[in-house]
Amino acid sequence: MTTDLLDGYIDAVGQALALPIEDAWRPAVKANLAVSLRLARLVDEFPLPDETEPASVFAA
Amino acid sequence: MSSQPDIAMTANPDELSASEIARAVVGHRTTALSVTEAALARIARHDSTLNSFTDVTADRARLRAKAIDASIAAGTDVGPLAGVPFAVKNLFDVQGISTRAGSKINRDLKPSPRDATLIERMEAAGAVLVGALNMGEYAYDFTGENVHDGPSRNPHDVTRMTGGSSGGSGAAVGGRLVPLALGSDTNGSIRVPSSFCGVFGLKPTYGRLSRARTFPFVASFDHLGPFARSAGDLALAYDAMQGPDAADAACSTRAVEPVSALLTQDIGGLRIAVAGGYFQKNVFPEAVEAVARVTTALGVTRTVEIPEAARARAAAYVISTTEGASLHLDRLRQRPNDFDPAVRDRLLAGAMVPAPLVDRAQKFRRWYRSQVLELFRSVDVIIAPATPCVAPKLGQATFMLDGVELPVRANIGIHTQPISFIGLPVVALPVPLQPMPIGVQIIAAPWREDIVLRVAHALERMGVATAPRPGEF
Repeated sequence: MTTDLLDGYIDAVGQALALPIEDAWRPAVKANLAVSLRLARLVDEFPLPDETEPASVFAA
Repeated sequence: MSSQPDIAMTANPDELSASEIARAVVGHRTTALSVTEAALARIARHDSTLNSFTDVTADRARLRAKAIDASIAAGTDVGPLAGVPFAVKNLFDVQGISTRAGSKINRDLKPSPRDATLIERMEAAGAVLVGALNMGEYAYDFTGENVHDGPSRNPHDVTRMTGGSSGGSGAAVGGRLVPLALGSDTNGSIRVPSSFCGVFGLKPTYGRLSRARTFPFVASFDHLGPFARSAGDLALAYDAMQGPDAADAACSTRAVEPVSALLTQDIGGLRIAVAGGYFQKNVFPEAVEAVARVTTALGVTRTVEIPEAARARAAAYVISTTEGASLHLDRLRQRPNDFDPAVRDRLLAGAMVPAPLVDRAQKFRRWYRSQVLELFRSVDVIIAPATPCVAPKLGQATFMLDGVELPVRANIGIHTQPISFIGLPVVALPVPLQPMPIGVQIIAAPWREDIVLRVAHALERMGVATAPRPGEF
């Protein structure tokens, strides 16, 4: 996601979750989100079979 | 007169291990009260420098110590930790104290009505709680710094970090204030301060020790465990704390498996390898040297590759930031200005990670677990660095590695995260390099705490691992 897109994304998700994000915090939130999404991409691009269960399987 | 020397006549009473203290208390060579008073005196003398304690429970400790002495006088078995002072990271509930978990916000909580399960079990074994310990805010930290309480300080160099988030636990044990402390480890928060403060730390198998009545961080990865100055003391505390607990949904129903009596078993038959690839990258020379000392002493010639460790670290990061955000969502809405800004901004970002990526991280976790368990079919122990470097300076934001400037906070836990991600048992043991110690991880398959503690004990006996005494304490 480009920097501009990330700004719009932060605005939209912040509003959807009712999270206050002051202007002074925005650069740090944005930098942290960029790191999280970069690392999440490493996971996203790893192919797994459709049948793969998550680690957090519930036992009734 | 007893043939044993009086405890006060030993070379340095501050250096006594938990097991030595318990033997002396049970053997009437000292009392739980005098041991407790000595610990309280050390805290009073040194903690203005180390800043490891946030609460000292002196009255409670004296009462408890007197009760132990009375029980011993009456001929009652008080347990294997008789009169041993210990302290806990301040995310453990301590009756009568608000569980701050390193935060400003939680100080407004009502005082806890009951101790955490692990405190109850330690005291049932004869130990004496003397206080609660400084930590990084809400355990989202690798530095041991805290904007509300000030940083805990490294006993080997008070200008350096203790490591986090159980920084007070590392400082209090390394600084000889107490022989035992408890902490938590989600991504490395026992192993990192053990490495930086030169002490032994045990992160048990996920689900082995109850987390009941402790403040959480990441339910998927939160573990509790002990810090000590020897593998034997880790085992003593671990044995005292094992056992099912319905109050923690993740706590195993597995039977107690005591390890203390197994420590001296020969390790010659164990298949030991060093972790290659990812675990040999991004390390400073001191981490390379520490791992080499351990592998040389153990005669290790084999290298194994833990598959997809970098991706495991990435997935651990994603799950941590999102579960942490979920935990704190209401506090982020209502009291954002009362957080440490660095913690708040990471949690706000975590709240924005799309859910499918978190689900994929949990699916990857299951795949990775299967791969690593397969690896353990051909190896019993894996050796890896605990941290890429010795303790950085307090406030240090970056370090240079191979000519590249890297952020300190983000890189301290790179070698611990892929291990706790799947809940493997680990001892972080101290290699006494000069001028600063550094830790090495001894890793085994799930539920094999006996193996990691046996190897740690053997390395201690060889003189390779030891908790060095700081110059000032």
